Amino acid sequence: MKLTRRDFIRITGVATASVALGNLGFSLKPAYAHAQVLKIRMAKETTTICPYCAVGCGIICHTDLVTGKVINTEGDPDHPINEGALCAKGASLYQMINNPKRMTKPLYRRPYSDKWEEVTWEWALEQIAKRVKETRDKYFIHKNSKGQIVNRVEAIAHIGSAAMDNEECWLIQAMMRALGLVYIEHQARI
Amino acid sequence: MTNHWIDIKNSDVILIMGSNAAENHPISFKWVTRAKEKGATLIHVDPRFTRTSAKADIYAPIRSGTDIAFLGGLINYILQNRLYFKEYVAEYTNASFIVNKKFGFKDGLFSGYDPETRSYDKSYWAFELDRHGVPKRDKSLKHPRCVFQLLKKHYSRYTLDKVSAVTGTPKDKLKEIYKIYASTGKKDHSGTIMYAMGWTQHTVGVQNIRAMCIIQLLLGNIGVSGGGVNALRGESNVQGSTDHCILFHIWPGYLKTPRASLKTLAEYNKKFTPKSPDPMSANWWQNYPKYSVSFLKAMFGDKATKENDFGYNWMPKLDDGKSYAWLVLFDEMYKGKFKGFFAWGQNPCCSGANANKNREALAKLDWLVNVNIFDNETGSFWKGPGMDPRRIKTEVFFLPCAVSAEKEGSITNSGRWMQWRYQAAKPPCGVKGDGEIMVELMNKIRELYRKEGGVFPEPILNLNWPREYDPHWVAKLINGYFTRDVTIKGKHFRKGEQVPSFAYLQDDGSTCSGNWLYCGSYTEQGNMAARRDKSQTEMQAKIGLFPNWAWCWPVNRRILYNRASVDKYGRPWAPQKPVIRWNGKKWVGDVPDGGWPPLSYGKKSRYPFIMRKWGAGQIFGPGRADGPFPEHYEPLECPVERNLFSSQRINPTVKLFHTDADKFRSCDPRYPFVCSTYRVTEHWQTGVLTRWLPWLLEAQPQLFVEMSEELARLKGIKNGERVVVESPRGKLIAVAIVTKRLKPFKILGKTVHEVGLPWCYGWRWPKDGGDSANVLTPSVGDPNTLIPETKAFMVNIRKL
Repeated sequence: MKLTRRDFIRITGVATASVALGNLGFSLKPAYAHAQVLKIRMAKETTTICPYCAVGCGIICHTDLVTGKVINTEGDPDHPINEGALCAKGASLYQMINNPKRMTKPLYRRPYSDKWEEVTWEWALEQIAKRVKETRDKYFIHKNSKGQIVNRVEAIAHIGSAAMDNEECWLIQAMMRALGLVYIEHQARI
Repeated sequence: MTNHWIDIKNSDVILIMGSNAAENHPISFKWVTRAKEKGATLIHVDPRFTRTSAKADIYAPIRSGTDIAFLGGLINYILQNRLYFKEYVAEYTNASFIVNKKFGFKDGLFSGYDPETRSYDKSYWAFELDRHGVPKRDKSLKHPRCVFQLLKKHYSRYTLDKVSAVTGTPKDKLKEIYKIYASTGKKDHSGTIMYAMGWTQHTVGVQNIRAMCIIQLLLGNIGVSGGGVNALRGESNVQGSTDHCILFHIWPGYLKTPRASLKTLAEYNKKFTPKSPDPMSANWWQNYPKYSVSFLKAMFGDKATKENDFGYNWMPKLDDGKSYAWLVLFDEMYKGKFKGFFAWGQNPCCSGANANKNREALAKLDWLVNVNIFDNETGSFWKGPGMDPRRIKTEVFFLPCAVSAEKEGSITNSGRWMQWRYQAAKPPCGVKGDGEIMVELMNKIRELYRKEGGVFPEPILNLNWPREYDPHWVAKLINGYFTRDVTIKGKHFRKGEQVPSFAYLQDDGSTCSGNWLYCGSYTEQGNMAARRDKSQTEMQAKIGLFPNWAWCWPVNRRILYNRASVDKYGRPWAPQKPVIRWNGKKWVGDVPDGGWPPLSYGKKSRYPFIMRKWGAGQIFGPGRADGPFPEHYEPLECPVERNLFSSQRINPTVKLFHTDADKFRSCDPRYPFVCSTYRVTEHWQTGVLTRWLPWLLEAQPQLFVEMSEELARLKGIKNGERVVVESPRGKLIAVAIVTKRLKPFKILGKTVHEVGLPWCYGWRWPKDGGDSANVLTPSVGDPNTLIPETKAFMVNIRKL
């Protein structure tokens, strides 16, 4: 039986209420609790930090060793800031990872087209690289109107992202600056 | 945050203003609650009664955009009643500094104003210097031109009557709050401020925060536990992304982006390296060249040499005096200036002010690259409301990226803690991590330049760039390592060894460091951000300091400016909650702001505010675009004909944009109601990472607009009805929530209604969920930061 943590809480809630009413005569709670433990007992445990606000709450992810899928996420009780607690968003991390609405293929929209087309990564990255080079080479500015050396590109802009890791943030600024961009901004400005 | 989340529990009085922490930073309330359990008072000041207000001991309403009036009244109260922390103010702040004779203030304008350029000549605000070039001081605070006296004069105008008339906050509430907050001026008491975008998103955003800084300095609340100035940041790594400077005006570690007039590295370094002739001032930025050269070495590796100025001219330069900020960027894009655009992990068609302008702007591009986990209003802008795809030429590339738990790396929270995350699972088939995407893309670009040549290929080909993405490789580079065998301060280091701390960075190319602030985060001892050790000394335990858990910039210092938490002998002002203490030989507790002994050691010591040129907390802030003291100005769009404090209705240094999409209306009967925007617990920012999650969407499914019962009666609107909300820039359809949480204000004797709505929705998903509140907001910004004024503008509401 596939049992999500939500189902577990719902069912055990009902079971507890039933016991209180004395209709069932025994509690299902230990059985379901055991089922839940079984589910994560053989799972790999990793720690992460919530991707939403900047309180920086600790979260534990459980990954199924066979399928490699995340099967559970929950507040990290050892984390000194959240001490295991999470808000509604943090508690939903599981559903961001396991979400059928996620995009899983690069898409391309041609000029004047009314639809997306699925493309390969290889094609998409090659095309973007070409656009960057063409635009940069055509519009590169060595000197400004005062004749001062500026070595920059004003025809391409970049924004984002505060949702990336530090290491990615550092790399993206390095990349964009090396390309000569000056219009480089992100969430911190808004 | 100068302090950190757990430290909130040490406060005696917590002021939450410009934030709804209980709903938007829910776990912060764990620590607010701990403080309350120990007897702290919680104050919430907000236009709307929220869950934060429900938990507060005192709630006071305020009209959006009038925070400086409110805080100016508090400054006045503290000064009139002599409730400031005298010793702290005289010794640790610039209150005693003498300002030159040219400084003045008249009818809303500081001296040095040029109406043509709408800007100030800041030389009018300079300090008077002695023969050594050090500001003259009068520690008795009596000199008529000392900062303290000027401050007193400036805020004497902020009387209870005037403040109440402008803010709409009842006088008795003002008095009650002022009295309780000012009680933290006692030397063993501390008060903290928790603020968020409710303070920054205004044409006076920086001065809102400056006003609070002045209050915190007057009360001796900076550097102490339970104190500080604490911005509650809204994105998991907006602290880190700012530290690494994905921003036009700064390089990683808050170094300045070079301007065109700075032709050489030497000129650049000279310009941004402050000199302080005061031997007691640490003037930390005197180390600037070590950080800038180490950054260039990280950028270009071995290719950066002394002979080529470490690649200084490979870096793009900005024109002097020109801004390239977000609002300017979208203004230029709207005018058709850009060909290509990367919207990477960001959704400007919902997050940016005047979102319709941004949406139109994207249609003027040749190509757009959008990287995101889910489809969104930016990548799919060409099929959005009012768009005709057949007329839009923009080519769009959408690249799907991984969720945080599918990659490894670090993020930095609001309290500056750099925390490591592990990969829990591989991304789904067809999805790549952001790091992987950028590394592969850049390698393709490099390949093209290598093969075909091209314009100015040096920075691209000489860039220190990995073949494959490895977060550890980058994290080590950000920390920095020695580029050759070298002996520094008597210690020998081998080539390739990680630099232990920024104190060892050099300006001769012998060290690299991608970001000096993060130097010490990944050393020979390992990845400090990954630490999970909760051990602490007894002293550290008293204030909830966990020095061995994760890592914190700078140098693992958990509370900034902590040298101000002790007296001149190094004894904590508040012995029951000490941050640092001098034990006669060294400092114990937190990592101090430099190891120098306390001030009683004379010349061997240093003033506490080590990042400031003169070592003092800045009550007088002569570096700001709009004045050295915060002054109340009305929002660009406001409900009042005149500003009660002066004849300058709006901030005199605000710059306006002039396209047909930039329409503004004040005191216009067509747009009679003040409006503000906010978030809900269940959604995050534009909702792009929450609207697609059924659990969260079920809880908050659609756009709503909140209004008072009085306004609803006036407009004949019933709770739950669909209504139109419109501003000069756009309109939305929303469900009306008629509530007691909002009440009409009495402003200058008139009734003013305020409404509010969240900005976490978008047309793309869910169907009929509504659109972004930023369709309504104005594209005008703070003169210092250009952060847009999305928290106070004017709208109309009518039944559908």
